Amino acid sequence: MTQNYRLKNIGLIDKNHKISFIFNGKKYFGYKGDTLASALIANGVHLIARSFKYHRPRGIFGAGVDDPSAKVQLIKEGYSEPNVNLTEYELVEGLELKSQNCWPSVKLDIGEINNLLNRFFPAGFYYKTFMWPKSFWYRIYEPFIRKAAGFGVASLDPDPDRYEHQYEHCDVLVVGSGPSGLSSTLAAAKNGARVILAEDKPRFGGSLLTDEVTIGNKKGEEWVDDVIAELKSMPNVITKSRSQVFGYYDHNMLVMFERKRDHLQDPKNFTPREKLWYIRAKEVIISTGSIERPLVFSNNDRPGILLASAAKEYLKVYGVAVGKKPIFFTNNDSAYEAAIEFKKNGIQSTILDTRPSSENQIVGEAQKMGIDILFEHGIANTTGHLKVKSATVGKLNKNKNSFTSLQKIDCDCICVSGNWTPTVHLASQSGNKLKFDSDSDTFLPNQSRQQEVVIGAANGSFTLMESLNDGFEQGFKSSNKITNKNIKTDAPISDEKNLGNHDKFWCMPLPEGKHYKRFVDFQNDVAVSDIELAVREGFRSIEHVKRYTTLGMATDQGKTSNLNGLQLVSNIEKKIVPEVGHTTFRPPYTSVTIGTIIGREVSKYYKATRKSPMHEWHERNNAVFVDAGLWLRPRYYKQGNETLQEAAKREASNVRKNVGICDVTSLGKIDIKGPDSAEFLNRVYTNAWLKLPVGKARYGVMLREDGMVFDDGTTTRINENHFHMTTTTAQAANVLSHLEYYLQIVWPELEVNVFSTTEQWAGAAVAGPNSRKLLSKLFPNEDLSNEGLPFMGYREFKFFDTTARIFRISFSGELAYEVNVMSDFGEFMWDKIIEAGEGLGIQPYGTEALSTLRIEMGHVAGSEIDGRLIASDLGLDGMLSKKKDFIGKRSLNRVAFNDENRERIVGIVPVDKKTSIPEGSYIVENPNAEFPIPKLGHVSASCWSVEHNNPFSLAIIKNGKNRKGEKLFAVSPVKNMSIPVEVVSQHYVDPDGERVRS
Amino acid sequence: MLEIKCPYCGKRSQNEFAYGGDATIKRPKLNTEVSDEEWDTFVYYRKNPRGDHLELWQHISGCRQWFKAKRNTATHEIIETYELSSNKEEHS
Repeated sequence: MTQNYRLKNIGLIDKNHKISFIFNGKKYFGYKGDTLASALIANGVHLIARSFKYHRPRGIFGAGVDDPSAKVQLIKEGYSEPNVNLTEYELVEGLELKSQNCWPSVKLDIGEINNLLNRFFPAGFYYKTFMWPKSFWYRIYEPFIRKAAGFGVASLDPDPDRYEHQYEHCDVLVVGSGPSGLSSTLAAAKNGARVILAEDKPRFGGSLLTDEVTIGNKKGEEWVDDVIAELKSMPNVITKSRSQVFGYYDHNMLVMFERKRDHLQDPKNFTPREKLWYIRAKEVIISTGSIERPLVFSNNDRPGILLASAAKEYLKVYGVAVGKKPIFFTNNDSAYEAAIEFKKNGIQSTILDTRPSSENQIVGEAQKMGIDILFEHGIANTTGHLKVKSATVGKLNKNKNSFTSLQKIDCDCICVSGNWTPTVHLASQSGNKLKFDSDSDTFLPNQSRQQEVVIGAANGSFTLMESLNDGFEQGFKSSNKITNKNIKTDAPISDEKNLGNHDKFWCMPLPEGKHYKRFVDFQNDVAVSDIELAVREGFRSIEHVKRYTTLGMATDQGKTSNLNGLQLVSNIEKKIVPEVGHTTFRPPYTSVTIGTIIGREVSKYYKATRKSPMHEWHERNNAVFVDAGLWLRPRYYKQGNETLQEAAKREASNVRKNVGICDVTSLGKIDIKGPDSAEFLNRVYTNAWLKLPVGKARYGVMLREDGMVFDDGTTTRINENHFHMTTTTAQAANVLSHLEYYLQIVWPELEVNVFSTTEQWAGAAVAGPNSRKLLSKLFPNEDLSNEGLPFMGYREFKFFDTTARIFRISFSGELAYEVNVMSDFGEFMWDKIIEAGEGLGIQPYGTEALSTLRIEMGHVAGSEIDGRLIASDLGLDGMLSKKKDFIGKRSLNRVAFNDENRERIVGIVPVDKKTSIPEGSYIVENPNAEFPIPKLGHVSASCWSVEHNNPFSLAIIKNGKNRKGEKLFAVSPVKNMSIPVEVVSQHYVDPDGERVRS
Repeated sequence: MLEIKCPYCGKRSQNEFAYGGDATIKRPKLNTEVSDEEWDTFVYYRKNPRGDHLELWQHISGCRQWFKAKRNTATHEIIETYELSSNKEEHS
């Protein structure tokens, strides 16, 4: 295909570098520097997609982020991405594009029948139609809507690209690089400020790239090149193109994404696709310019109808004519500039101007050049199915509510211009309450709430001189607040064409007797009639009209439609616009890929991984790991074809029979020092601590102030003023914060310091009847007898070149020790224990066996201490001191906490001694009772008791205290099970605790 | 994301801090008679003002110190932050 619409001698792209691409199966060519949109238009392709609701043919409407229609499915290196904006994606070799929302093809689309039936699809259609019968929703309506709605198809493959995040601080952030943005950047940079300039497009310059202006003695685009070159040479300036600032958050935190890879032909291996910048700016200058406002008329959505400013940009930047027989349709002067540019490139056009006349300089110039101008004219209708072919134009009557003397004008494109809408999104996100300006017929920024100012066209300054003066002035002011250097840069003299007033008339009447669609929101197919209907049906608030009609709710967020929509509401209601107000501007300003937001926090980088010093040993010994918070812990050590259950049984029985070793490094450890340490523990724990002797450990339970159990663990007195606390793995960080809270805020008079030592100590539990024999081999010279190291005793032994801390504590319920050494010696210690255990039947055991052992012993853990239970519910009544006060004690007087019928932990065993009870099952008296079946409680943990060789579970049930021997049912609706069970003691093994003391 | 000035470390982003609630709440003294109402007020009842609010924050990924901040709940402006030992408080 040849690029029939590409012009010679104009454009900023590289015409020596041809690039091919495929659109709907056909091969086309463009040039380096093209966007997908400009490359398609160069080939005369305007028909891009089918619209959302009516499946009407749609084309390219804008030249940037404002475009509502031109979205495609993009396939690159086998990876497919939906809803890619043609107007933003830059052309590189190897791209394939497909139209969306059409079947079988964009030219022949079955869904177009919706357009013929459009009077059956009014605003609120789905709300009205799919209400009843209720049962139809899941089976019929929802699948139908899902199939009919939506745009592209999301890939089911993982995103192959890499995304990054960066944090940055600066004195001044300038958003937008048009005349005001560039000049403020230059002024701030020369005044010594650290400046970041962000431009969304690939090229800096904004309107200076398309307007015929002179700054100083340079052409606009030359001035841009010189300023950018100067800024790039300054070490205090970061200039970023392809970078969209899309959110303005609290305390001047702005978020920007930068496109780094898609535009590169041969990106390096680790170049991220996009980068998300978090920018904390002391001052922000918003110079985001403005977006052209469409005119609304019958059948205004055909391919080939687009914004006049977009037509000018395609011409000036890409050297592409959107058509060879254009009509310009305007209510102001700016379309004249575009028409003049077309004329200069040999393309004659017709201008339809709704104004009765205009004396402005540029209009005179157009007339002089021989461009046809029809004043007081509007478009009554258009024709052309897949691309616009003609416009029916007419003279507007005095009230502008009907046409006279209609005539048909042939055309191949219609460029519309309804004046300008300042891009106030960021200012509004920052908290600026916008004000309506009746001169420009738009909302403008008012009072800033944070450290930001809005300048240039975004602030309603539409002339170049104003924008430049604003820019230099504000760049100086904002920077000087920070640098105080007082280096002022003067604005150069500029020259441009003066623009006159615009006609505040933008919605054309229907031709008499016709009911054509006049679209306001192209992407969501919202027409004038839909908004009229919504108001007629009683929707008053603009926010309600928006949601009912879906106006401005598409991916373009109504950049070209919101203002027209709310003015329409104000016209219908005969209210002034400020009374109607505007909908809220929320971040993000444009669509942001989920990948960019997530950044590098994917798969194994999703969170940090904590590994014990013995991790590599576990790996070498076939450990299967499980996540425990951030920690990776061995769940079991697989032998042969063992299942998890088989391995857990083997490991747990070995602990009961011989001796096992378990990595307990992940337990939280807190070092507590200071003369008031014992007093502090006495307040934090529910039991007594003042008289704990040096060299002894004690089990403790801590509560929250509301009386609920918070955490448990053993704490050891290392010496008079030094304790070693252990917490559960899950609560380690929270317990430390809890202790710091009380020490710093509540009892600052206590002389105590706390410090986390979790990672400083490697821990191994050595458990089982043979554990004493094992330790005697490791420490042959130490007294390990019941007298030398009794249950809950603590000793420090020399261990080769280091010292080992030996705690005789037990979670498994067997005779057991915990050995701690400094982390560096962790693997060495582990090897030595394994070595000493040879001949004693030592086997490592993982968390699954650990759970089995503690469950059948009736020890509570995280699945019971869930923040909703008090000590007595957990059978820990004995831990509550009656003699002293402690955190949370006063709450225990609550009536509900002393209810006789309260939940309490029990053991349950299936009556058949075979069926394992799923964790989370409900306990009920009669599973066949009438709904809702009264629930007695739930199963918190289940295991296969290795001691009794049958399933055993812990459950927390109402009045558990008095239910021993009762026959109840465990029901799991999820697994469709109902299991007869018997209530037994929570201590299923060694209820008197003889083994740990043996 | 707020920017909070830790009185010990200086300005840092909010993700280094943990929120600790109303700083004017005083825990009743240990080993004293506390009425049900007084205890309920301490454990459960909090004001929810629109405007200035004196609150606790902990610099959890930094120096781990708790400190006080006066923050406007409507605008998120942090008027000032100071050490716990400072007596500039209880005016809000």
